[in-house]
Amino acid sequence: MNTWLSHHWHAFFLALRRLAGTPLASLLNITVIGVAFSLPTGVYMLLGNVHNFSGQLSGAPQLSIFLKPDTDKAAIEKLESHLRQHPQIANFRFISKDKALKQLKQKSGLADAVNSLTRNPLPDAFIIDAKSVSPETLKQLRSEMLKWPDSEHVQLDSAWIERLNALLKLGQLAVLILTALLSFALIVVTFNTIRLQILTKRDEIEVSKLIGATSNFIRRPFLYFGAIQGVAGGAIAWLIVAIVINLINSELTNLAQLYAVDFHLYHISFEDSISLLLFSSWLGWAGSWLSVANHLWQIEP
Amino acid sequence: MISFSNVYKRYPNGFEALKNIVFTIKQGEMVFITGHSGAGKSTLLKLIGAIERPTTGGIIVNNHNVSKLKNRAIPFLRRNLGMVFQGQKILFDRSVFDNVLLPLQICGFDHWSATGRVRAALDKVGLLGKEKALPITLSGGERQRLCIARAVVNRPSILIADEPTAYLDPDYTKDIMNMFKSFHQVGVTVLITTPDAELLESSQHRTLALSHGELVT
Repeated sequence: MNTWLSHHWHAFFLALRRLAGTPLASLLNITVIGVAFSLPTGVYMLLGNVHNFSGQLSGAPQLSIFLKPDTDKAAIEKLESHLRQHPQIANFRFISKDKALKQLKQKSGLADAVNSLTRNPLPDAFIIDAKSVSPETLKQLRSEMLKWPDSEHVQLDSAWIERLNALLKLGQLAVLILTALLSFALIVVTFNTIRLQILTKRDEIEVSKLIGATSNFIRRPFLYFGAIQGVAGGAIAWLIVAIVINLINSELTNLAQLYAVDFHLYHISFEDSISLLLFSSWLGWAGSWLSVANHLWQIEP
Repeated sequence: MISFSNVYKRYPNGFEALKNIVFTIKQGEMVFITGHSGAGKSTLLKLIGAIERPTTGGIIVNNHNVSKLKNRAIPFLRRNLGMVFQGQKILFDRSVFDNVLLPLQICGFDHWSATGRVRAALDKVGLLGKEKALPITLSGGERQRLCIARAVVNRPSILIADEPTAYLDPDYTKDIMNMFKSFHQVGVTVLITTPDAELLESSQHRTLALSHGELVT
C-alpha cells in the first residue's frame, strides 16, 4: 500500500513539475481547453435557465375562452353550468373583464396607459383545465368551444410552451453535438501534448525501463499530466461561464424590471461544477492514455 | 548466481552474436568478460538483464529462468541487478542526486529512506559533495562514478558493468576498478566486460574470453 501510494505521489508531483517546467505552453493548452469547454457549458447553462423560466410561467396546458363583448350575465351563468357538466373539463375559473383590467394594471407595469383608457377593452373569460393534456384532445376541445354562441376566441395556452420546449430540445441536441466535438478536440490536444512529452522524455523512459520501471510507473505521470491539464481547463471554463453570467445578470436585471418580471440567470450548480471538472479531467486522462498507448511501446531499451 | 547453458543469440538480420555459451558464476564471485569489439560481450550482459532474449538455451539469474520470464516480470528482475551501461545513460536534465534517486523511486521507497540511501551511495563513490550538481559539470570519471552509485543504490546482489573504464585515463580506471572490488568484498557478484588486456593482467579474478560469439576460455 505504501509503495502504491509512493508511486502515485511521485507520478503526481512529476506531472506537476512537468506542467510547471513549461509554464507558457501549459497555460496556453489549459486556456485552449477552457475556452473550448466554456462554449458548451455556457449554452447548457443558458438552456437550463430558459427551461427553468418557462417552468415558472406555466404548468399544465390551459384553454382560455374569451367571450363576445355583448355577453350578458345570464349567458355567462349558462356557460358556467355547461362547463361544470362537461366530461372533459377538470376545473375552470371565470375572470371578469373588470378583474382582468385590474390585473393588467398591477402586473404589466402599464398602469398609466390603462388609466388613460375611456372604456375597458378586455373581454370576460374562462380559464379551463382539461382532464386530458394530450394535444389532440385539447385541439378537439378548442374546436368545440369555438362553436359555442358566446365564444369569440379560444386560446390554447400551452402552444408557445410546446414550441419553446421543442426549441430547448433542439438546443440540448446542439449542446450534445458541440460537447462531443469539443471533447474530441480536447482529447486531440492532450494526445499531441503527451506525444511531444514522450519524445522529449525518451532518454528518461529508456533509462527507467532499464533499471526496472514497470509500464505503469512510466505511464502514470503522463496520465496525471493529462488529467491535471483537463481539470485545469474545466476550471477555466467554469470561471469564464461564471464571469459571463455575472456580466449578463447585471444587464438582465435592469431589462427584466422594465417588463415587471423577476428573471436572472442562475449560476452553474455545485453538482454540475463537479461533473464539469470530472468530465474534463477524464477527457484529459483519456487523451493521455491513448497517446501513451500509441507511443510508449516504441521506446524499448 | 548466473548460469548460461547452451545459449545462442541470433539477431533478426541473421548475425549470430553468441554461440553455445555455457558458464556458471557463483554468488559473490567477480568475473571479467573480455574479447574484441563485436565478440558478444555486451550481448551477453544484455541477456542477463533481459534487455535481449536468447534465441535458444537457458539463462538462470538469481534463480529466475530469464529465457522464460514473462515481459511483466522483467522489471522486477532488473531491480535486483545493478547495471552500469556502456553509454552511461545519465539523465542530464536531473541533478546527481536525482539520477541516483531514480531506482529507489521506481522501487517505491519513501522520501526519507531514499534520501539516506542516495547519500550513502554517493559517499561510497566520492560524490557526496556534488549532489546538486548537474551531470554536465562532472568529469568523465565522475560521471562513471555517478553510474556506479545509481547501480548500487538499490543494494543489488549482482552488479554488471559494460566496459566501465572505456575512455578513462589510467588513474580513473584504477579508481573505478577499486570501487568494483570493494563491492565484491562485501559479497556482491560482479561481472565486468572489458577489452583492456592490461586491466586483466593486473587482476586475479576469473576471466571469460569471447571470440566471434564463442567462449574460448
